[in-house]
Amino acid sequence: MAMLLNQKLINLIFMPEIPKIPLAEWTDWLTKKITRTFSFVFDPLKDNFDPFMKWVAKLLIAVPPVILIIIIAILAFFVTGRRIWLSIFTIVGLWLIHNQGYWDHLINTFTLVLISSLLSVVIGVPIGILMSKSRFAEAVITPILDFMQTMPAFVYLIPAVAFFGIGMVPGVFASLIFATPPTVRFTNLGIRQVSTELVEASESFGSTSWQKLFKVELPMAKATIMAGINQTVMLALSMVVIASMIGAPGLGREVLSALQRAQAGTGFVAGIGIVILAIIIDRLTQSMNKKKEQH
Amino acid sequence: MPVIEVQGLTKVFGKNTREALKLLEDGKSKEEILNKTGCTVAVNNASFSVKKGEFFVIMGLSGSGKSTLVRLINRLIEPTKGKIEIEGKDISNLEKKDLREVRRQKLSMVFQRFALFPHRTVLENAEFGLEIQKMDKEERRKKAIEALKLVGLGDYLEQYPDQLSGGMQQRVGLARALTNDPEVLLMDEAFSALDPLIRKDMQDELIDLQAKMEKTIIFITHDLDEALRLGDRIALMRDGAIVQIGTPEEILVKPANDYVEKFVEDVDRSKVLTAKHVMKRPETVNIDRHGPRVALERMRSEGISSILVVDSKRHLQGYVTADDVLEARRAGENSLQGILRTDIQQVEKDVSMNDIFNMIHDTKIPIAVVENGRLVGVLVRGAVIAGLASEGEVNGDAIESEVN
Repeated sequence: MAMLLNQKLINLIFMPEIPKIPLAEWTDWLTKKITRTFSFVFDPLKDNFDPFMKWVAKLLIAVPPVILIIIIAILAFFVTGRRIWLSIFTIVGLWLIHNQGYWDHLINTFTLVLISSLLSVVIGVPIGILMSKSRFAEAVITPILDFMQTMPAFVYLIPAVAFFGIGMVPGVFASLIFATPPTVRFTNLGIRQVSTELVEASESFGSTSWQKLFKVELPMAKATIMAGINQTVMLALSMVVIASMIGAPGLGREVLSALQRAQAGTGFVAGIGIVILAIIIDRLTQSMNKKKEQH
Repeated sequence: MPVIEVQGLTKVFGKNTREALKLLEDGKSKEEILNKTGCTVAVNNASFSVKKGEFFVIMGLSGSGKSTLVRLINRLIEPTKGKIEIEGKDISNLEKKDLREVRRQKLSMVFQRFALFPHRTVLENAEFGLEIQKMDKEERRKKAIEALKLVGLGDYLEQYPDQLSGGMQQRVGLARALTNDPEVLLMDEAFSALDPLIRKDMQDELIDLQAKMEKTIIFITHDLDEALRLGDRIALMRDGAIVQIGTPEEILVKPANDYVEKFVEDVDRSKVLTAKHVMKRPETVNIDRHGPRVALERMRSEGISSILVVDSKRHLQGYVTADDVLEARRAGENSLQGILRTDIQQVEKDVSMNDIFNMIHDTKIPIAVVENGRLVGVLVRGAVIAGLASEGEVNGDAIESEVN
């Protein structure tokens, strides 16, 4: 009897009987609310953006693969400082993807990565600058970035579908949330790392804040920002593959369908395609950074 | 009218500056204020004025607030209290926009670690000040090239800063400041990061430049030797306050004795250093072998007006002066014996700097340093004082000739 009483007492103290908080229900409600309230934003976005992306993809597909491969190989040659290895890898890798019949998928994936990365940079860099200029902004934004990056990427797909239906646009939306943080963080870091003497020098000659930013801080932070952009591009690629689950076209969709049909071979080949694309993009963006670092 | 007039300039770092100011006015010390309020007093009630074309040196040891003081003048650091007038116009309360104009037109700064923009060429660095004033590209290039030629870098326009040596980098820093054609140059330990030989060259060139351009210069340094070489007037700082302002001569001679000793207490070099640390190689003639002609030739080639006389065993005999030697030569004398003076002070080489300082303070003739009766060195006033105050490098060339 005494023990039972004890148990109840312990429960009362440590596990008071509060009913389950309907966190999931609230989120559902909020998602619906946002979908409805902002449909006037989402719908035109979807209606215009989706055709635009398809148009970009079509344009790239219209280019004969040989020409595109050669262009990228030449680009690789010059960006890596006239070294031949990345060019060779590019030619062999892209040819292999074409040979396996995945060329159109590759272009679709590439278009998604390109556009979502561009958007990430356009949104991320100014936010990073804001963070570097204001301690308050940094204190507010940092936990949001942490949240965005640690939440499993799949979770973003659900509201993305609610807002934009299925297709490329929700893929870009999910990728934006997932891939923007590195650009923001590195921009902030890069600007904060500019030596105080250089900032003082700029100010002592009578720079305005904008002049200081564009003539000194951003050029000095360029290498760091580029490192962040490189990460953003890689994250965008990984997200674009996941986004195939909500109907985004590309190599990811091939992997997904191979998974559903248990076709190890097909899955592997499509996966290899993603790896090749990732290596080319990664090396290209990194080399651009190194080249800039020299001066 | 002074170009710069600073009155009661005070900077307190920290949160509770109001209380710290009150304590400061009550005469509380830096430490007390730090303990009570957590605030650091960096500059304490500094007042001075600088005339047009004057070379004004602010000198103090590290932590004395001199770098903060120079940044208060162009408000890179906001003053807590006090007034800064530039050409009669108070800039301590100017709006951002007006302050920018003052910085663009009146003040240029040269930094200790050069602070060149690594992504810009030498020329692009030099034209930075005019570029942000949105001056026409060709015009600002022309002015930048002029300034770069002035500092001897006309051939390095397209180089990047990291391709240049430290001395050349600081020339770029100087050219960048001169391109603006400012009223006042603020130089924050501009030569401290350079090695001693190059530093000396730069000091000489700066003196030449100033003679040519008649700029007003405020120069920060921790090196007394540098201060003595460059300054028309020197302000000595300690614990954020200016303790004395005067010409190099006044700093050395007049207020001097116990004041300089007090100044040196911080470092306490006087107890460590002895005569042998600051003595110089003596110029001598041998009384047994040399006559007036040799003595005169020696003095001429060394640029000194008196020379020590020793015998063949390097025992000190005395000294002769140029006037006497000249006289003796005219009279056809072959020996120095007749004009030898013996009123020279001698010290052993282990004698401490404190004692030397008292001896050298009011003598015009160098003091001989001896070991077992043999002459091993000579002490001149400049070297002794520089040795007390500077860090490591002992050199009194600047005032040696005057003392000799």
